[in-house]
Amino acid sequence: MPPMDAEILARLQFAFTVAFHILFPTLTIGLAAILVFFEARHLRSGEEVWIRLYKFWVKIFALSFGMGVVSGIVLSYQFGTNWSEWSRITGPVLGPLIGFEVLTAFFLEAGFLGIMLFGWDKVGPRLHFLATCLVAVGTVISAFWILAANSWMQTPQGASFVDGHFVVDDWLAVIFNPSFPWRFLHMTNASFLTAATVVAGVSAYHLLAQNNPEVAKRSFSVAMWAVLFLAPLQIVIGDFHGLNTLKHQPAKIAAMEGNWVTRSHAPFHLFAIPDQNAQTNHLSIEIPYAASLILTHDPAGVVPGLDEIPLEDQPPVGIVFWAFRVMITLGFLFFALGLWGAWARWRGRLAEDRHLARFAVVMIPAGFVATVSGWIVTEVGRQPWTVYGVLRTADSVSPTVTGSSVATTLVLFLIVYGGLFGAYLYYLLKIIRQGPGALTVRETDERPEAIRGARPGLVVPSE
Amino acid sequence: MTDIAFISAGVIGFAILMYVVLDGFDLGVGILFPFAPDETSRNTMINSVAPVWDGNETWLVLGGGGLLVFFPTAYSIALPAFYIPVMAMLFALIFRGVTFEFRHQAHTSTELWNRSFFWGSVVAAFAQGVLLGALVQGVHVEGVRYAGGMFDWLTPFSILTGLGVVAGYGLLGATWLVYKTEGKTQAWARNAAVVLGGGTLVAMAAVSVMTPMLRPMIAERWFGGLNILYLAPVPLITGAVFITLFWSILGKRELLPFLCTIGLFMLGFFGIAISLYPNIVPPSLTIWEAVAPRSSVMFGLVGVAVVLPMVLIYTVYAYSVFHGKASAEGGYAHHEHE
Repeated sequence: MPPMDAEILARLQFAFTVAFHILFPTLTIGLAAILVFFEARHLRSGEEVWIRLYKFWVKIFALSFGMGVVSGIVLSYQFGTNWSEWSRITGPVLGPLIGFEVLTAFFLEAGFLGIMLFGWDKVGPRLHFLATCLVAVGTVISAFWILAANSWMQTPQGASFVDGHFVVDDWLAVIFNPSFPWRFLHMTNASFLTAATVVAGVSAYHLLAQNNPEVAKRSFSVAMWAVLFLAPLQIVIGDFHGLNTLKHQPAKIAAMEGNWVTRSHAPFHLFAIPDQNAQTNHLSIEIPYAASLILTHDPAGVVPGLDEIPLEDQPPVGIVFWAFRVMITLGFLFFALGLWGAWARWRGRLAEDRHLARFAVVMIPAGFVATVSGWIVTEVGRQPWTVYGVLRTADSVSPTVTGSSVATTLVLFLIVYGGLFGAYLYYLLKIIRQGPGALTVRETDERPEAIRGARPGLVVPSE
Repeated sequence: MTDIAFISAGVIGFAILMYVVLDGFDLGVGILFPFAPDETSRNTMINSVAPVWDGNETWLVLGGGGLLVFFPTAYSIALPAFYIPVMAMLFALIFRGVTFEFRHQAHTSTELWNRSFFWGSVVAAFAQGVLLGALVQGVHVEGVRYAGGMFDWLTPFSILTGLGVVAGYGLLGATWLVYKTEGKTQAWARNAAVVLGGGTLVAMAAVSVMTPMLRPMIAERWFGGLNILYLAPVPLITGAVFITLFWSILGKRELLPFLCTIGLFMLGFFGIAISLYPNIVPPSLTIWEAVAPRSSVMFGLVGVAVVLPMVLIYTVYAYSVFHGKASAEGGYAHHEHE
């Protein structure tokens, strides 16, 4: 082979471009729902604070949505440029799923985003609210189709392999494949949780900076309720998703657990350095029986090991093992943030607890890191297959595209996306520093009930 | 039995034509960007397309996605074959697309994003023209796979079609601005439309002359037997539309030049379809050979039949919300406290 192997370069390029892309939908799917909430509250109460929050967060939404659009178009063509064999073989299954995503989600989002951003003076408030709702629905429909497509590659069914490509026998079986419901719930909830954490963190920053705290405390309160509810929900969904993976992709579970030998009473490794060549772990720190307990809900349960998987069919264990630990660590930090917020709220100090506010600020990137880690677990854990158990990654690449072409475009992507991300962060921070602006009417003074928490009796003291 | 391959090709053709016309005018606005009279004009220009560009570009994803739905073999041949122009287009569209958000947030770096908008639009338009030329001139296929090199697409013909599309998109942009702006910007756009109309005329004529020389089959299609009589209306109507275009620009009509330009694109598209049919990847792969399995095509067509009419309805609605002249202060400037 030449020094630059087109397959590994194509994998690196796809991993980089898809990971970069998913950062933006992860925020916008959840943020769209939060914008629906802000605008609904404004429509019902007429309070200025909600429209202030809407107009502040919609700027961040627009900036992020634009990044998602441009980085997403790349993917829809990269399937063909670098993965032409994959396109030809799986196109009859995945093409229509992606086509439905375009038809039912992308057009809906794009059509009403213009009204959402620029239509304030052109349509009435109810129609504007409808536009916001349709954009939010569009983001979830988009997630539905693309996760159906991804999940089919993890747990394929409903199609047979005829004449060198797939032919679909049953579309419902394809769409509602075994891993789809859990992956869909896990990812959409990850989006909601990420967006809630970002809103909480940015609001906390404004509280700490005393930048119109009367506005920031309202969004902080909403976001912390959301984190309190969504973080434990995500842990539960993640557990079910893991059980589903155990049933359908045991090799991935074995890699996540760093479990080399099938056994009962399997421990959970808090720390280990998996060694694929030696098929063992080094420097392992274990919680006895914990893996069996988590995966089978029985300390004596049997956990599959990599010894059942031929070496050429094993995923890279180290990456999967560590990405999984990053994800679950962050998952429990979200849980801690939610609990701390609830405790501070109970004591009536939600907007005053500066340590909580600092914790929330630090957690701003956590949702993105956790989501990308989760995707690394599920995608690297599926290797060496693109369609699990049926189509190998090595048989999916474009046969005529040279390693140097893929390397060149990979370097260009690194440079261009690096520069764009810098510009994105620069303008994002600029918007955040400006903040939502002061209320024109001091409605918080006139209507003290407006700053109460959702539970009666838990009055947040005004300054 | 109805010919599902033919219907599918019609769907792809419709998506591509919608894309070319819709994103064509907003890419054209980008192509014209640095030549605008002043920064106020540029603000008006970008405001005239900001609410709709994202929807326009979605047709490109439908074109690519649709090809994967209905003709996965053609998709898997064309994209590796056109690797470099496709990648150039994608990078250019990134720079063009982020400008809408970044430029509006920028204070000191407006000039940087003006350049990003211009170069992104020019390179995307040129790359799309190259893709068109590279497809028309034919692709080296063996079996179901691309069998050529990384630079097969690069020929004088594809460079010509690249330049032609830049001129054509520029014309779409200029006539769109005649329709959507007034005063100084409109007067400037009129002059630009005359120049670009001339450029588009030259390019279309040159491509029309060269295309039948590419392969005997194309010449046979146009000139064989009585075909020339049946097909003569295509160039004749094109000529008439060009005359109407220049007449309407000079007569200071506002909407007609834009409609004429759309007409030119439709005629050009129709001419190319005549030259290539029934091949989806010339010179040999036909729509019947490349079409996806029946279960996939039917599922896709049902989706198109049910959803696409709704898409068209709300797209028309979204455009109607932003009817009338664009202004320099419109759009984003309505956000609070800049």
